[in-house]
Amino acid sequence: MSAGQLPRWVDFGLIPAFNLAAAFLVSGLVVLLIGENPIEAVKILIWGSLGYGEGIGFTLFNATNFIFTGLAVAVAFHAGLFNIGGEGQAYVGGLGVALACLALDRYVPWWVTLPFAVLGGALFGAAWAFIPAWLQAKRGSHVVITTIMFNFIGAALMGYLLVDVLVKPGSMQPETRTFEEGGRLPLLNALLPGDFFGTSQVNLALIIALIACVFVWALIWRTRLGYEIRTFGANPAAAVYAGISPVRITIITMMISGGLAGLMAINEIMGAQNRLLLEFVSGYGFVGIAVALMGRAHPIGIVLSAILFGMLYQGGAELSFEMPAITRDMIVVIQGLVILFAGALEYMFRPALVQIFSFARTPATQAV
Amino acid sequence: MKKFLTISAAIAGVAFSASAMAADIKPAVVYDLGGKFDKSFNEAAHTGAEKFTADTGVAYRDFEIQNDSQREQALRNFAKRGQSPVIAIGFSQANAVEKVAKEFPDIQFAIIDEVVDLPNVRSIKFKEDEGSYIVGMLAAMASKTGKVGFVGGMDIPLIRKFACGYKQGVKAANADAEIFENMTGTTGAAWNDPVKGGELAMSQFDRGADVVYHAAGGTGIGVLQAAADAGKLGIGVDSNQNNLHPGSVLTSMLKRVDIAVYKAFEDAKNDAWTSGIQVLGLADGGVDWALDEYNEKLITPEMKAAADKAKADIISGTVKVHDYMPDSSCPF
Repeated sequence: MSAGQLPRWVDFGLIPAFNLAAAFLVSGLVVLLIGENPIEAVKILIWGSLGYGEGIGFTLFNATNFIFTGLAVAVAFHAGLFNIGGEGQAYVGGLGVALACLALDRYVPWWVTLPFAVLGGALFGAAWAFIPAWLQAKRGSHVVITTIMFNFIGAALMGYLLVDVLVKPGSMQPETRTFEEGGRLPLLNALLPGDFFGTSQVNLALIIALIACVFVWALIWRTRLGYEIRTFGANPAAAVYAGISPVRITIITMMISGGLAGLMAINEIMGAQNRLLLEFVSGYGFVGIAVALMGRAHPIGIVLSAILFGMLYQGGAELSFEMPAITRDMIVVIQGLVILFAGALEYMFRPALVQIFSFARTPATQAV
Repeated sequence: MKKFLTISAAIAGVAFSASAMAADIKPAVVYDLGGKFDKSFNEAAHTGAEKFTADTGVAYRDFEIQNDSQREQALRNFAKRGQSPVIAIGFSQANAVEKVAKEFPDIQFAIIDEVVDLPNVRSIKFKEDEGSYIVGMLAAMASKTGKVGFVGGMDIPLIRKFACGYKQGVKAANADAEIFENMTGTTGAAWNDPVKGGELAMSQFDRGADVVYHAAGGTGIGVLQAAADAGKLGIGVDSNQNNLHPGSVLTSMLKRVDIAVYKAFEDAKNDAWTSGIQVLGLADGGVDWALDEYNEKLITPEMKAAADKAKADIISGTVKVHDYMPDSSCPF
């Protein structure tokens, strides 16, 4: 280990814990400012998200969304690409999932529909990432700009389809019909004995999300393609020199990324809402960026930070329910602080820690 | 211990039946994604609830959702705590209301802008087309160029319903009138984008329009501002917006969500709750056009007479305003 580096447990454990503690400290001050008791607020937040089965269920449900969008951003990170189009890719992915469910739900059981829905979500999400990827690879249009523009184009496309094409005639709501049994993923509550998860919407998509984590880990660290992706991300010039095609890597990586984002719809559309509706992504795609940053673009880190954000969403909802003075905008402030400390200020505590640890190690090095 | 439980159960039973005897209600409101201070639709509901609390001293609880999956969660949370009636604001809540109302048949629910056919749900709809027809007529009569505009929020059936009624009203007053129609955007942000609203209004003014009607929530603030800046006329929506720019707001199409919320609370309090569909139009004051000290100089006696006549004709059924919803089309 060279000087200035930290043991892995510090890098992956201590620093995020410090950042989190700092974020909660500042959030506590904000809560104090508006005249509520921060200790009580934290209690409600933790209790609401982890204190009982239903709360845990909602936390895991949110976390499932974050795992997919977080993985999507992480895969692109490894190739040095900043995919901020997860929002649009998940939205269009929802179309793929919904079309599969609408086509099959009346004829076959859910486990027959599922592979088609997964395929549909991944394909549509990937297709939505393909155009920005192609523009980046062939024309040098920066993917940050194009993916965010594609979020709006996606919203326009879906708005048109839902309002004019897929809508139930005469309905005020721009949404498709509700899927029959064959288009619904079973809730975990129904699969497990007892009534642990209550009415929460956590469903089989959680398992699919965990499978996706294993898939991403294997892809990035155990395959040739993953090696090429990481090489390209670390040093594009060296990658070209080594015979890796930048066009191919950019396009393939972005499509995998978009596909993962599209799978978010499995949880939200097939698992929970059971119909395609307007704006169902509602920010999960963007928060996925923070999840990936906080999880250091590693599947295990992403699962942990997804659970943290799931807790913030669920506990936050409970909090604004129990303490009306804490509005949903306050919850956004708290989430924002977590993102700020965990993402943007990642290196705030690092120099100090590096000093402490290199100091502690020096005598040992001399002894050798 | 067992005895204690029985007693406390008995007490709880008494307390429950007491609260069921009305008078002492625990109402709640769940707003749509726009949030309770959206200067428009949700805020009207908030106003109604606040007024009820001010008049009766009965406190209410409310919740602003952050994403779709919270709709059900919020409704259920209120129902579990015995809040009743629970009013869901906005058509997007329909599925959640349907699900939760089935789980809690003893709790009264209400939903604004959509129909949920259950014995414990009151569905409140508005005839926005009728109110829009009247302001459309006024717009056509106030216009000197014979060109008027419409700025919608998001392009959804509800807003097309506003637009369709407006166009029919414009054509009724001036068959040759030209109407420019623009929607602000394709995401929820379209309800809260006053800058773009102002730009759309400006572009309609550039094409010759001199009266612009908005049905765009917070975006409309920019539309009315642009009209005031350009010396043209704007028309407000949902709440009475005449006082935002006195002299530059021709009138406002009132959609009395506040009355609907107030009435629902009041009925529950007086034990007069009814479930089923309520469609509020011109006849029952659910929609109307606003005339007050801020716009009385803009409304000529002829305009007032025409509007009053149209209102009477619509109520009596002589004039039929086309409703966009049943066949999803607008012939105008």
